[in-house]
Amino acid sequence: MPKDHGIGASPKRREDVRFLTGAGNYTDDINVHGQAYVHFLRSDMAHGKINSIDTSAAEGMPGVVRIFTGKDFEGVGGLPCGWQVTDKNGDPMKEPPHPVLAQGKVRHVGDPIAAVVADSLEQARTAAEAIVLDIEELPAVVDMAKALQPGATKVHDDLADNLCYDWQFGTDTETTDAAFMNAAHVTTLELVNNRLVANPMEPRVAVGDYSRARDEHTLYTTSQNPHVIRLLMGAFVLGIPEHKLRVVAPDVGGGFGTKIFHYAEEAFCTFAAKACNRPVKWTSTRSEAFMSDAHGRDHVTKIELALDKDNNFLAVRTDTLANMGAYLSTFSSSVPTWLHGTLMAGNYKTPAVQVNVKAVFTNTVPVDAYRGAGRPEATFQLERVIDKAARELGVDPIALRRQNFITQFPYATPVAVEYDTGDYEATMAKMEELMDIKGFAARRAESEKNGKLRGLGVNCFIEACGIAPSNLVGQLGARAGLYDAATVRVNATGSISVLVGAHSHGQGHETVFPQVVAEMLGIDESMVDIVHGDTSKIPFGMGTYGSRSLAVCGSAMVRATEKIINKAKKIAGHLLEASDADIELKDGKFTVAGTDKSVAWGDVTLAAYVPHNYPLEDIEPGLEETAFYDPANFTYPAGAYACEVEVDPDTGKVTIEKFVSADDFGNVVNPMIVEGQVHGGIAQGIGQALLENCAYDENGQLLSASYMDYAMPRADDIPHMANYVVDHSCQTPCTHNPLGVKGCGEAGAIGSPPTVVNAVIDALHSGGHTHVSHIDMPVSPSRVWAAINGQ
Amino acid sequence: MYSFDIQRPTTVADAVAALATDEALPLGGGQTLIPTLKQRLSAPSVLVSLSGIAEMKGVCTGDDGALCIGGGTTHATVAREAASSYPALASLAGHIGDPAVRNRGTIGGSVANNDPSACYPAAVLASGATVVTNTRSIAADDYFQGMFATALNEGEIITEVRFPVPEKAAYMKFEQPASRFALVGVFVAKYAEGVRVAVTGASEDGVFRWTEAEAALSSNFSADAVPAAPSGDGMISDLHGSGAYRAHLVAVMTKRAVAAAG
Repeated sequence: MPKDHGIGASPKRREDVRFLTGAGNYTDDINVHGQAYVHFLRSDMAHGKINSIDTSAAEGMPGVVRIFTGKDFEGVGGLPCGWQVTDKNGDPMKEPPHPVLAQGKVRHVGDPIAAVVADSLEQARTAAEAIVLDIEELPAVVDMAKALQPGATKVHDDLADNLCYDWQFGTDTETTDAAFMNAAHVTTLELVNNRLVANPMEPRVAVGDYSRARDEHTLYTTSQNPHVIRLLMGAFVLGIPEHKLRVVAPDVGGGFGTKIFHYAEEAFCTFAAKACNRPVKWTSTRSEAFMSDAHGRDHVTKIELALDKDNNFLAVRTDTLANMGAYLSTFSSSVPTWLHGTLMAGNYKTPAVQVNVKAVFTNTVPVDAYRGAGRPEATFQLERVIDKAARELGVDPIALRRQNFITQFPYATPVAVEYDTGDYEATMAKMEELMDIKGFAARRAESEKNGKLRGLGVNCFIEACGIAPSNLVGQLGARAGLYDAATVRVNATGSISVLVGAHSHGQGHETVFPQVVAEMLGIDESMVDIVHGDTSKIPFGMGTYGSRSLAVCGSAMVRATEKIINKAKKIAGHLLEASDADIELKDGKFTVAGTDKSVAWGDVTLAAYVPHNYPLEDIEPGLEETAFYDPANFTYPAGAYACEVEVDPDTGKVTIEKFVSADDFGNVVNPMIVEGQVHGGIAQGIGQALLENCAYDENGQLLSASYMDYAMPRADDIPHMANYVVDHSCQTPCTHNPLGVKGCGEAGAIGSPPTVVNAVIDALHSGGHTHVSHIDMPVSPSRVWAAINGQ
Repeated sequence: MYSFDIQRPTTVADAVAALATDEALPLGGGQTLIPTLKQRLSAPSVLVSLSGIAEMKGVCTGDDGALCIGGGTTHATVAREAASSYPALASLAGHIGDPAVRNRGTIGGSVANNDPSACYPAAVLASGATVVTNTRSIAADDYFQGMFATALNEGEIITEVRFPVPEKAAYMKFEQPASRFALVGVFVAKYAEGVRVAVTGASEDGVFRWTEAEAALSSNFSADAVPAAPSGDGMISDLHGSGAYRAHLVAVMTKRAVAAAG
């Protein structure tokens, strides 16, 4: 019988009461008395030299408080990049300045040129129209290959060219080349990992506030990591010491990575609030979001897979161009390198793996982490080339994968990481069972009767989550530690506030974290609340991304709770006149082992705060503990996915008939929330595979700048729930964190895109369209039709 | 959006008078105009709302048997009230946008706007409908004059659209993946005098009649009779499909519409 509380139970999400009744408190719900509004005048050209900005007419317009341009930010820091990548020659990456407002040049459509602060937003917009710009349009570089050609227009005039870094990683060239020389078969595939816009439901918002009396700044912002913003903005941009800067990220309506980063608008509102001596608020429109939120993916890759005569993988080699956009966003440089190259071994015991990545500046919106961040790109390449190899060799794609699985753990890959545990055979077998692979032929025949082509796609993946061991990432160029922190504050009557560094923006921490604490203490979950999202309340934590919250911050919370238990046992020992070594905690009751002498949880907590009969010489009063947790390794969730598609050969339209995921997340605290995360992740992956396409024209104009042209997945693009099966019953617990958890937030988005594309190619081959070896995502109807017809 | 005044006349005559003001614009269901205003791409001094005019609303059958739909009638109302008299038209109306769009958007607004990817123009043209305004009646064949262009004069209001009811009809829409407007939509209507086929979404000139298909289907109303796809020249080519792809879809959707019409 399933548990009804604690670890392994599925209580409903307590935060949904306020979200579903309109009682949430999002950043845009925050209005500070006397606030002014800012409108950013943004570049409508992709590349241009700013000759002059004349704000004189605009300054006199009704309601205008002040107009800012790049000149106002001379001497102020630029937006920093949080990860320094070293290229294959040992040189640091090129790191051009990223000003808050454009200085000298505009470098992408959406680059902010001026900011108008006014009494109302409409007044700010109207005044912005009166700003006279003299900007000389320059040729734009959009295509990465063209950007790297000699003589290409430079995005940053002070750099030698548009190359940010040329990175090589993994097995050395001599060994890799030798493996390819000795191969019985080599499969090569060139592919694009399409650029995406994250599109969280809530657009970004920032409200800056400043108290002259206290010389204190407050920034309310839509962030996944308020302490990271405080550190980056305070230390690198505005020079505000931490104790004078509070960052609040209240309810946040989805992030998917794009709300990790420190953005110009946050720095602007904080800066302008002091400069204007008025709170300043900015709320992004959806149109602004398309051209100012960091985009995701955008890799162009050539991958080669070498196999021996028995179809064992010998070597993998990749050459990738990774688009950085016009500036380096906060974690942009780490995505195509350490979050991507380290995963190129996948689930397979390939002895040689070499990854080559050139990061390129273009006149496009900066590109950074988006759900999965580097790992979807790695999985897509590897799983597509394996599928192509299976087809070329005429072998079953499942068998080919199985034959090459890693089966012994721990396993040190040729790309630095060491998988602590896993069982890829178990998830594969579970997937086969849930998909009813044996019944596929009959289902295909049924589709063919209706004039449709049916395809089966399979895929395996591994990801590195729970980022990350600070010592390791420090060596790799991270400019921050990646631990997390939690404070367990037990109140006098026994209720508990847990203050966490992780940030919940849809994940459900307020439900899941109390399940863990309540289970450890044997008390009711309703006695535990989570506090997050305010640097003035919580300990210094690194926030939420990379499926890290439970694995890293949850571990800190466990450690802090263990300290609470140790101290509470001492207090209980005193109350029971026994040695604390003899005290047992069970079901919220402290008992002297082997006796019926006990005190309740509430008696102990009361004693801690009303220490009348209390050994003050031995034990401090109070019951509050903090722990910082720095993980020993990444966690390695893995899984096997499959889907069946129907392709309408007359129109090219692809319909997903069934989708199955068999994931190994280690231990699972709240199965319902895990399933919701995977459902959502797969939906985003289906969006990437079939629908989403952030496209620029050759002049750097954003073609898909609204929902009229940017296709988001909708409910009817996803299979009915009966055919949308997510399983997490295969569990190899993480060996190095106390909960044995691995992380589930990104798996769906990592595992699903190649699954879908593999299925489409399978369907086309079944219809005799054997010339189609690949279709780039999104696999839209027009692209499928064009592929079928050789266009 | 910029500031504007709004007037809410209750009769067609008052609306026409209000629209005589300089820089006045009529506001139907607002499904195109309101987003345009929000983006500050239009700056009318006065908006004349047509949604309070009772005489422009409703669905009924005229003496000649035509289905008469008031210009201010929402898509949701047409979907409901034309379901028994003209099912293909009702189905088209019931698949425009989403429920919010269907409960605000009107047939008059859609036909006046003549978006090249809108659904209604295909039904109006394929049905040989008559667009009735405050001053005159305009045959569908004379009404549509290219992308966003119509025979309407400034200040002229569509008060009614009259649809001769066909023996058989169906509309097949292949949706653009993002907007879910018609990438290609084909309305086929079979009358005693012959078959009419109108195509939306495909052409750079807006909705058009596919006369080759009309001729073929008038002599043999079956999917097999649909001719090969028209030329892709002059078809819209964009992120979502080339002109050749749209031309191909014109034939596919026509076949499917004929099959659905039965």
